[in-house]
Amino acid sequence: MLKRLVTARETILLGAIVMLLALIATRFPGFVAPGNLASVFNDTSPLILLALGQMIVILTKCIDLSVAANLALTGMVVAMLNVAYPGVPVPVILVIAVTLGTIMGLFNGLLVWKLEIPPIVVTLGTMTIYRGIIFLISEGKWVNSHEMSDPFKAFPRAEVLGLPVLSWVAILAVVVIYLLMTRTTLGRAFYAVGGNPHAAVYAGINVGRTQFWAYTIAGALAGITGYLWVSRYAVAYVDIAGGFELTVVAACVIGGVSIAGGIGSVIGALLGAVFLGVINNALPVINVSPFWQLAISGGAIIIAVALNARANRTKGRVILKRAEQAA
Amino acid sequence: MSTSSHFVPDRLQSPLARRLKSWETLLLIVAVAIFIANSFASPYFLNAWNLSDATFNFTEKAMIAFAMALLIISGEIDLSVASIIALASTAMGAAVQMGADTPTIVAIGLAVGLAAGAFNGFLVTGLGLPSIVVTIGTMSLFRGIAYIVLGDQAYRGYPESFAFFGQGYVWWVISFEFVLFAVLAVIYGIVLHKTNFGRAIFAIGNNPTGALFSGIRVARVKFILFLLTGLMAGVAAVCLTSRLGSTRPSIAFGWELEVVTMVVLGGVNILGGSGTIPGVVIAAFVMGLVTFGLGLLNVPGIVMSIVIGALLISVIALPRLWNMVRRP
Repeated sequence: MLKRLVTARETILLGAIVMLLALIATRFPGFVAPGNLASVFNDTSPLILLALGQMIVILTKCIDLSVAANLALTGMVVAMLNVAYPGVPVPVILVIAVTLGTIMGLFNGLLVWKLEIPPIVVTLGTMTIYRGIIFLISEGKWVNSHEMSDPFKAFPRAEVLGLPVLSWVAILAVVVIYLLMTRTTLGRAFYAVGGNPHAAVYAGINVGRTQFWAYTIAGALAGITGYLWVSRYAVAYVDIAGGFELTVVAACVIGGVSIAGGIGSVIGALLGAVFLGVINNALPVINVSPFWQLAISGGAIIIAVALNARANRTKGRVILKRAEQAA
Repeated sequence: MSTSSHFVPDRLQSPLARRLKSWETLLLIVAVAIFIANSFASPYFLNAWNLSDATFNFTEKAMIAFAMALLIISGEIDLSVASIIALASTAMGAAVQMGADTPTIVAIGLAVGLAAGAFNGFLVTGLGLPSIVVTIGTMSLFRGIAYIVLGDQAYRGYPESFAFFGQGYVWWVISFEFVLFAVLAVIYGIVLHKTNFGRAIFAIGNNPTGALFSGIRVARVKFILFLLTGLMAGVAAVCLTSRLGSTRPSIAFGWELEVVTMVVLGGVNILGGSGTIPGVVIAAFVMGLVTFGLGLLNVPGIVMSIVIGALLISVIALPRLWNMVRRP
């Protein structure tokens, strides 16, 4: 049991994050001060939210490249709504954001489920379509900070028990998704569909419908992130979060989610996102140009996927042995 | 297709195969229809020089699409092609700063493309990693290196003789790029449809294990295809850099999507195993004509990307919807 815990992918990743922090702390002790760590976590919250959704989608052997475009479109819609009707209260805006994101996820899911179009084609397509729609509705214009109402901007920054609401939303999402994955039949179905689709069919699981739910959940999370992103940075334009879908996939892959489906955990996705968040926040501190970010996350994906492949190979045997002993 | 007794099918025989056979025909009709619609929509369309300009919309992407078609037919994919362009272009720009002459610049561009392709190929075939994640990784890595080198700067000052590749004309309105596109189309068409190597690609795409047991060196064929895709991205980098006359790290951003769209629109099965080069050629013309026609009507670029995204989904969705309606 202890050996399993020590060799678990999540433990290794946690160790890597701690080592990374220790390394930075040797030269910049201020970076690991609780206040700064909290702000690093807050910065990483949008990535965590999206990584949770992406993890579920990847578990079912699919991929969602449209999450960043979904986020941007939802963000633009709520920002324009706020400009047009400043009186709309934040809870209503939250509901609208989640609904909109869900609809976009639902659309991806329907195309994958009902028309059986390969997921990468569907989401590459909807990625450009959602981005294009932002341009159509905004006519390429920006929604700036001074046009947004104060309550709209204040929500993600409001502090509850010392942490901003943005961080609390991420924590809440981690807990809810964790319960969903470990305590519900739908959660088990996600693993079953990705692990062995044929066996899943024989177990009475509708593979397409399970994938549809994965996309819908990912869409809902992208929707809520859309509002939080736009209100936190107090700006909305066509290209916000451009290319962020790849960072999200990177977070999942680093977190040990297997692109072949069926393998991955909520904690893994969370740690993968935090790992990237620490690196991104540390770069300016240790005086490395932010232009390094892209190459580092690319390198991290390749190293992580190479390690994953090795780890997953041995994992199959271990399970068999354990099953033998039990029998 | 021949019906001789020695006929060996290079794709699965199913109702789908019959439809794919006519896919190129359907696409050709669409291309002609767009051409006619364009010439009615804008008085500037039917002009030899304008049409010649329009070919630049697709020639560079189509060069990559040929190699990508082979790769997708074999069951793999390369999403890093646009980033390879950025990396190769950056290397060429750096060479210019050191005073390299035109042949050296071109050689460097092609060599970087090959090296990047070899890197992808090694990760996929050598380490056995899934190509989609590997190339999403190298997509960030290659462009990331371009950003590290260039930051927010740009390389300029390419020699005058270098301009020929992207701006030169071979005869009247026929550009060098268009000739290169046509020659490559013929070469790739022959390789895919008339050689053992091409047959091996179809075999691998339909059943990699079966192909392996038939004595096909699956890993080697796939490695060569990654090399080819990298090389074509290098060729496209030479043409594009020459045409623009400058290098920024954001060069060719988002092209991987358009290249994949072109291949899928050309009737290549995204899951591998079937597809034709003539289909990709016609798809290149369709996308070029749509982009050019909308451009003449002053439609902004991002709206065109909606059209391309919708095109990508609907070319796959419509036949399936049609099947669903027909057999309820």
